Amino acid sequence: MAIIIDQDKKVCVQGITGREGRARTRLMKSFGTNVVGGCTPGKGGQEVEGLPVFDTVKELVDQVGIVDVSVIFVPARLVKAAAIEAMEGGIKRIMLVPDRVPVWDAMAIAKHAKSCGADFIGPNTLGVISPGRGVLGMIGGRAESARQWFNEPIPGKTVGVISRSGGMSSSCGYYLSRVGLGISTICHVGGDSVLGLRIPDVALMFQADPETDAIVIFGEIGGSQEEQLAELMESGQVTKPVIAYIGGKAAREGTRFSHAGAIIEGNRGTHAGKVAALQAAGATVVDGFGDLPAGALAALGVPASS
Amino acid sequence: MARLHEHQGKSLLSQGGIETPRGHVATSPQEAREAYEKIHAETGQGVVLKAQAWVTGRKAKGGILFAQSAEEAQAAAEKLFTLAFGNFPVQEVLVEEMIDIDQELFVSLTIDDSSRAPLLLIDLHGGSGIEERADEVARLHIDVETGVCRQEVEQLLADSDIPQETHAAIVSAIVNAVNMACKIEARSLEINPLVTTKDGRVMAADCRVTVDDYAVFRHDELGIAIARELDHPATKLEQIAYRIEQDDHRGTFYFAQLPTDGHEDTNGLIGFHGAGGGGSMMSMDAVSSLGFTLANFTDTSGNPSAAKVYRAARVILSQPGLIGYFGSGSGVASQEQFHSAYGLAKAFKEMNVSIPVVIRLGGNAEDRAVEILESACATLPGTVEGYRKDDTPAFCAQRFATLISTCDREVTSDTLTRSVPDFVGSKAAMHFAIGGGSVWIDQKAITDTATQVINQFGDGLLSVSDQGVSLAVELDEAAGKDSEFIGLEIELERAGCPVLFVDLAIEGIDTEATAI
Repeated sequence: MAIIIDQDKKVCVQGITGREGRARTRLMKSFGTNVVGGCTPGKGGQEVEGLPVFDTVKELVDQVGIVDVSVIFVPARLVKAAAIEAMEGGIKRIMLVPDRVPVWDAMAIAKHAKSCGADFIGPNTLGVISPGRGVLGMIGGRAESARQWFNEPIPGKTVGVISRSGGMSSSCGYYLSRVGLGISTICHVGGDSVLGLRIPDVALMFQADPETDAIVIFGEIGGSQEEQLAELMESGQVTKPVIAYIGGKAAREGTRFSHAGAIIEGNRGTHAGKVAALQAAGATVVDGFGDLPAGALAALGVPASS
Repeated sequence: MARLHEHQGKSLLSQGGIETPRGHVATSPQEAREAYEKIHAETGQGVVLKAQAWVTGRKAKGGILFAQSAEEAQAAAEKLFTLAFGNFPVQEVLVEEMIDIDQELFVSLTIDDSSRAPLLLIDLHGGSGIEERADEVARLHIDVETGVCRQEVEQLLADSDIPQETHAAIVSAIVNAVNMACKIEARSLEINPLVTTKDGRVMAADCRVTVDDYAVFRHDELGIAIARELDHPATKLEQIAYRIEQDDHRGTFYFAQLPTDGHEDTNGLIGFHGAGGGGSMMSMDAVSSLGFTLANFTDTSGNPSAAKVYRAARVILSQPGLIGYFGSGSGVASQEQFHSAYGLAKAFKEMNVSIPVVIRLGGNAEDRAVEILESACATLPGTVEGYRKDDTPAFCAQRFATLISTCDREVTSDTLTRSVPDFVGSKAAMHFAIGGGSVWIDQKAITDTATQVINQFGDGLLSVSDQGVSLAVELDEAAGKDSEFIGLEIELERAGCPVLFVDLAIEGIDTEATAI
């Protein structure tokens, strides 16, 4: 198994005829993702990478059947309309790849998602990849690179990766693979402040995934995602080993937490607060990014030489 | 988050139906004096003068003064205009009527990442010391589309010890403030304090507003020139960089200059070029920990074009006093890294860099990227080295420090000047316009090798015949191929035939753009 994406999930691409949409459709297919079609208003009837293009999500769903995930590659200002169209078309999971989606649009998408029982990944996500199964978004780039970089799951030593940084999500997967660990899924939750699936949500998915033995987190300062993961660990909802690195230690002084809205959150959002919360909940928090692989090996009880 | 000044925020609040003190913005002591006279004529009272700067603890830092006469107002303003908070010189002073405060409330709207919705915080015993009273703060969730629930605010007041006759005005002020924040797509709005006055008015005595950078494009009315989180007014280079970002949507380019006070006592001032937020922060830590002072923070990521990376490198290099250039990002980039290598190589070559350069180019096609960068820059006076994903940021930073330690510290970016080949601007050269510049080709120097390179790397844009080189596509199509032409320029250079030059003069940095 894997989470979010595997070879059986049916995927469509909104904005499939655009520069990025077209290129990423090809890369997703070449990695094994089951892309069944796409849409762009006014371009219905065309083909991209041998896949049918429809004007609307509704037409796509009527013609090829319901899909599991829609990946959105449209300009940031059109993302809200595209996401709502996908949800109204009955699609229950949406990936919002674009950067610079207005935060009030993201909140409106979240409200709609809640009302129709859907969820979303992003905005501003590099994507999700399950080595050997499939990829959503742009993570990994070329299929041959991605295959070379990320190990497939290995029984007893497979980690799931959750990252708040796009580039570092690939880096985590690469360096963890180099020390002989397997990867179930790498999920970049997105770089924005208002996100669909957040670290605690994805951690619960990894907890339920029998293939995942431990969870690796690339966290960052700001927000409350890491603290909420710690709460899930404290309450026994996440029991698999958690190994975390929190970026932005040096940025602490320059980061303005003088804002009263942040201050009354107590310790939330700071580097020290996140490290303390995770450690108190039993996570391994490494000081340097380069220590993550060793931390993961130790947490899984795998000798470093393997 | 783009920040607004206090007076801008108050003006928006006032348009939204929230009362604010009478006030005028002064940009000189004389204007402050005139403002005093206007206000005094209406109120018969003195005024308060508030430096407009994004700084916390403004009063303690001398940024708020009081005046009881026109002379005092002028003198106070003179004092305020000499102040600077960090990089932020005071350029505007808000002159306001004094108000006789009865009670202070704290009102703040933030965006809550956990509930994915706006969150309203109200402390009825507002003002200072809010940090110690976190438990007393009421938290109301706001519907992103319908706004605040008036009854909830009414209930909050009904349960309080605040005199009932002010309740209606307070509720209205809070509801209006939330509506205003929603309308301008604020990232945060803080009214601290919202006051009741002894004469029974309810008004916003101070406010802080930030606007969502990503929504600024649909809010021309706010007059935000640069939608960036900066703690100082944008510098000239930051403005140039922002224009570059706005003109080229391929990938992102972020550039901010950092405070460099005291850099003389460190290992030196360096230019920093990151790729991807998380990796950039880590790389910054790695190079800072070796005692260097970063002149800037830059991030080019999201599959940027060669042209964008070229311009980013040019902006970085145009900062004075740099003794080195360090570039490093996530290290395992999903994008094809040779586009960045072409852009960097062009910038370094054009500026004939004489300071050490270390760039970590790890990611897709990293071997090709490193080879392009190093071979194109091999003959430059400065050492240019490229590294891969298996080279850690710490290792690259160490290598950078070693290179710097062997260099003459007198050599800095101050001496760098841009050079363009002689055939640029010559009548015999073939040339055509592309987006943001032009392409020049030295027809007389086309050799068999050059023809081969053009055929191999030219992306079908050019054709070579006995009559020379010509465009193989329409001008319109060629216009968008700036990055492909940069790639071709570097490949020709690497093959020893520098016969093509992409002239992308940057407005504000290159004084004379080459005329066609």
